[in-house]
Amino acid sequence: MIETRNVTKRYGDTLVVDDVTLRLPVGGITSIIGPNGAGKSTLLSMVSRVLPMSSGTVLVDGLDVRTTPGDVLARRLAILRQDNHLTSRLTVRELVTFGRYPHSKGRPTVQDREHVERAIHHMGLDALAERFLDELSGGQRQRAFVAMVLCQDTDYVLLDEPLNGLDLKHSVAMMKQLRTAVDTLRKSIVMVLHDLNFASCYSDHLIAMRDGKVTFQGRPEDIMRPEVLRAVYDLDISIQRIDGDWIATHYR
Amino acid sequence: MSAERVAAARRPERTLLILGCATIACALLFLLFNASGQWDFVLPFRGRKLATALLVGYAIAVSTVLFQTVSGNRVLTPAILGFDNLYVFIQTCLLYFLGSGTAASLDPRLLFGVEILIMVAFSAVLYWGLFSGGGRSLHLVLLTGVVLGVLFRSLASFLQRLIDPNEFIFLQDRFFASFNNPDQELLLVSFLLTLGVSIVGFRMLRTFDVLVLGREMSINLGVDHQRTAAIILVLVAILVSVSSALVGPVTFFGLLVSNLAHALVRTYRHALVLPAAALVAGVCLVAGQFILEQVFAFNTNPRVIIEFVGGLVFISMLMRKAPV
Repeated sequence: MIETRNVTKRYGDTLVVDDVTLRLPVGGITSIIGPNGAGKSTLLSMVSRVLPMSSGTVLVDGLDVRTTPGDVLARRLAILRQDNHLTSRLTVRELVTFGRYPHSKGRPTVQDREHVERAIHHMGLDALAERFLDELSGGQRQRAFVAMVLCQDTDYVLLDEPLNGLDLKHSVAMMKQLRTAVDTLRKSIVMVLHDLNFASCYSDHLIAMRDGKVTFQGRPEDIMRPEVLRAVYDLDISIQRIDGDWIATHYR
Repeated sequence: MSAERVAAARRPERTLLILGCATIACALLFLLFNASGQWDFVLPFRGRKLATALLVGYAIAVSTVLFQTVSGNRVLTPAILGFDNLYVFIQTCLLYFLGSGTAASLDPRLLFGVEILIMVAFSAVLYWGLFSGGGRSLHLVLLTGVVLGVLFRSLASFLQRLIDPNEFIFLQDRFFASFNNPDQELLLVSFLLTLGVSIVGFRMLRTFDVLVLGREMSINLGVDHQRTAAIILVLVAILVSVSSALVGPVTFFGLLVSNLAHALVRTYRHALVLPAAALVAGVCLVAGQFILEQVFAFNTNPRVIIEFVGGLVFISMLMRKAPV
């Protein structure tokens, strides 16, 4: 289980994440929603030790992320942030193979290769495996990075806006692939999402943040309510029940 | 890109082999051409020059590639951390305070040891002072390096203005890249240092590969990024000291060989990029020295040519990056 205790991030006098204490549920998809500047990505970065916190503690399966050796954590928790630019030319397969580094330390075994092929296949990248990343579209590249973190084969996967730059078709495909990963491989995925309806339809658990604080959390039907979303977004959002999903309409 | 070119680019091992052969050919040509039978003089004489050129090429190539890996930028070189300006500054200080007579009589190994210590200490101070906060601090280090580099250069040129003109010539002689007067003792010490650096680096080759993915990805994959970056900066400091002490500062040469190597082998793997860069550097330096000696009859300075070509590459890289 991932647990945060009084996690705070301060830049000068500005509080970006304000004393967040959370227990993230094990298994399933947890989505963090909220307006821009709510501290969602910052929280995710601190949980994954990429960004040092100003104060507080994050425990992953009881391991303090600040003191636990990086390679131990790398076998339990994987993170994908938004913009990943590379200085070298890598093929999709080479990139995905890096996902095995925490296990093989750069000398992939036969099992590692199988993991790589499975992840490539899972993300529908078979035809692109030998292509260089800079020859791919933004969406294809995004899928390659997701394949890499899935290949890392950790219990917890943190994704910062995985749908960024994906069109409708690929967004749906991505969410379905993540759902499959959760259901068949029993992973816990925590992600920051901007699209309320994707969050609502695919998540088991929603966390709403505003001004650095967690304001609401619960099942989608608990969060997808006009009064709750009004408090989070300052916007009148009506909720429709369509085919068993809670859908927000906020376009007018 | 045609399929054929893709295939060629995907065979870095073959490129390495060709580069290796080219280096050996250049070395043999350099050693044997126009020797007119005086083997017992020509061979050790040219052999020393050759060893210096290869060692310097190796040091510059490896330090630049590693530095670019850790900074995640192909336009930067260790020169931007102010390393070679620091070298000039130390040399100037020594001369200013000791005078050329004393400076020349000091044990070069001792001098060299002191220089390296100052260089490594400098990188350590930069590192610990500025690296400890997370996030964007590498840029802070680099920026500080640029500012300090200018400071060292200005201080050095200030001291140079105060120096006696004769001593200034002595000093200038030391700064300009030259393979004609390598000190044998210095060469041996440099070789041992470079060997030590290489052994440390060799064990970390696969970690270096991960750094290509950037700081956050490296941390995600369990690499202690802070520690690895610190080790790389120390290794770079030692290598820059070695090359600076042997032939003086050569700012743009590293940029040249590193980018050539990346273009030739086109892989992220340091096990291939580093040897390629070292071999490219070896070919360039040995061939350059050969042409200089046999064609121009010592009438020109290799540094001028290197900096001219390197500067052009630097500008073209900046221009190419700019419009995006």
